Amino acid sequence: MDLFVNAIVAGILLGAFYAAVSVGLAITFGQLDIVNIAHPAFVIVGSYIAWILNSRLGWDPVLVGILAAPAFFLVGALIYRIYYAAFERTGQESLSGLAFFFGVMFIIEVVLILVYGVDYRLVSASYLGKNIDLGFVGLPLRLVVPFVVASAMTAAVWLFLSRTFTGRAILAVAQDRLALQLMGADPVRIKQFAFGLAIATTSVAGSLLIMIGPVEPSLGRVYIGRAFAIVVLGGMGSIPGMVIAALLIGVVESFVSSFAGPSWAPAVAFGALLITLAVRPSGLFGRA
Amino acid sequence: MVSRRLFARAAVAAGALAFAAGTLVSAPVYAAKPLKIGFSMALTGGLAGAGKAALIAMEIWRADVNKKGGLLGRPVEFVYYDDATQPAKVPPIYTKLLNVDKVDLVVSSYGTNEIAPAMPIVMRKKLVFPSLFGLAVNDEFKYNRYFQIMPAGPEPKTDWSKGFFELALEQNPKPKTVAIVSADAEFALNAAAGARKNAKAAGFIVVYDKTFPPSTTDFSPIVRAIEAEKPDLVYVASYPPHSVGMVKAAREVGLKAKMFGGGMVGLQFAAIQKNLGPQLNNIVNYDFWVPEPTLNFPGVKEFLAKYQEAAKGKGVDPLGHYLPPYAYAYLQVLEEAVNATKSLDQGKLAAYMHKTTFKTVVGNVKFGSNGEWATSRVLMVQFRDVKPNDMAQFAGPGKRIVLYPKAWKSGDIVYPFNQ
Repeated sequence: MDLFVNAIVAGILLGAFYAAVSVGLAITFGQLDIVNIAHPAFVIVGSYIAWILNSRLGWDPVLVGILAAPAFFLVGALIYRIYYAAFERTGQESLSGLAFFFGVMFIIEVVLILVYGVDYRLVSASYLGKNIDLGFVGLPLRLVVPFVVASAMTAAVWLFLSRTFTGRAILAVAQDRLALQLMGADPVRIKQFAFGLAIATTSVAGSLLIMIGPVEPSLGRVYIGRAFAIVVLGGMGSIPGMVIAALLIGVVESFVSSFAGPSWAPAVAFGALLITLAVRPSGLFGRA
Repeated sequence: MVSRRLFARAAVAAGALAFAAGTLVSAPVYAAKPLKIGFSMALTGGLAGAGKAALIAMEIWRADVNKKGGLLGRPVEFVYYDDATQPAKVPPIYTKLLNVDKVDLVVSSYGTNEIAPAMPIVMRKKLVFPSLFGLAVNDEFKYNRYFQIMPAGPEPKTDWSKGFFELALEQNPKPKTVAIVSADAEFALNAAAGARKNAKAAGFIVVYDKTFPPSTTDFSPIVRAIEAEKPDLVYVASYPPHSVGMVKAAREVGLKAKMFGGGMVGLQFAAIQKNLGPQLNNIVNYDFWVPEPTLNFPGVKEFLAKYQEAAKGKGVDPLGHYLPPYAYAYLQVLEEAVNATKSLDQGKLAAYMHKTTFKTVVGNVKFGSNGEWATSRVLMVQFRDVKPNDMAQFAGPGKRIVLYPKAWKSGDIVYPFNQ
């Protein structure tokens, strides 16, 4: 029984972290239809900034993630401008755009290697390594803090997208660009803002990643498949759907690791993705 | 006026003489055709941390040997390419090294996954192949010019974990059950296969035997599943990110095993040691060199001083205890073989390397018939009295006590693990 409950709890904690990694991709890939394959590489940049300020100034990694988010927003907005001018405006965004983001990913990796080397990077904080024990359920703060921060960030993004004019414009821009223009909104500026917002989330997600485990420049590749799968499973752009999908993948991975063997975890998680898409091609919360 | 003109002529003449003298003095080294050593190396990707550290050590060797006049009177040059930790890139790199760059000698990249793909090419050309930290690569190829510097012993798969299980057998009360968990990748699977064999030979009951995918993020479900089986011993074969995850999860879950560790790569790296701090205490894990008095081989401290200076600001392991001395040593082996045979004849070099005991910064190296060390020196070390957030503590003795083999032992085991 305790193994069962702990597997569920660990899965939920892990799933919330997956949601933090995927929420930005749900905006860019799910809502803006931009295949930003470099998204996890930005997460790694977030981890490195958390590491630099944690190791040199002793700053808390979560605080660094939040403080660095505006800078990430600006970088994201700039990258969208380049992407728009080079590809989207000329209608070459499909294949050339994908190659562009591959290039961005490799540039990020190489710059990190050249500037900071290839050693594993970790952060320290007074609460990391401590546990909250609720009866037979153990809650390591190394995962609880990312869970809380990831949940708060995902909820904030969802509230912003669903309750504000700009948020709704972001949701609208992918569906009917012309209608949005008729309402007086500039689709390019809206998409630029949305892309900036998506990249800003990677700052926080990166600070959470480095709290969970060590980070090196190419680690982002591990999360490419997982993050895209979560966005597709959730229904391409639905934030609540993405959260449910992230929690589902987290719980399935944890459950299979506990009871069947960890090597089965990716197969079962991606099997669940395939079955869901076979039954419901638009994903859990996608519009049919 | 005259004296000024004379002075100018004299100065020009003196300069010309000095130039000529300089040319003559350096002629034996710089006029000779460079001797090229080719290799691929993991300079980006997952193994880049070790690959870059290895390259620093190799460059120190190159500087040292060129200072002595090079090899066969020729300055040594490296020709190397980044294999990006991708095995598929290794065969074309060695093909280019041999057919386009025309290197005189080759050595391997770092790690099992990068060494194995080079073997068919090197074997076709019948080249001597000093290799750096490949686990049981030659078990399949059985190539008689393969020489592996990692001290894994003549039967690398089993020798790798033998010490862990022999130590367990000596404990009282004797442990009875073991859990074996490994990453689903080449090295870790080999290490786990050896551990399985050793565990069965020693009479332990294997109560958990599973692999995990390398992309695993959270290890607490795995550790909880292991803890549910209540094993006395937990043998882990893993790569650095997994090793950190397993140690943290074991401490968070409160793993009650009597011995924990075995084949965790990464616990030898200073940055990880600093971060894990006291969580490492009492873990028994493999290592190849630690700064204990029993392993103070001639030249190793001088080499590490050079390495630590060269590694500053390069983002690699700042202490360099694990891999760099061996990366220096596998070139020392090649150096001695070339100097002794006065030849680049691959047959002569191989014959010399088979029969000789080499004196290196990692101690005496003698290769067995399969190219592995004739006698295993896989150390089992136990982390002790580790303080939080202090990398400098690992630079000296007392933090990684050598428990096994007995010839190199520097202290006794603390048992059980979770006191």
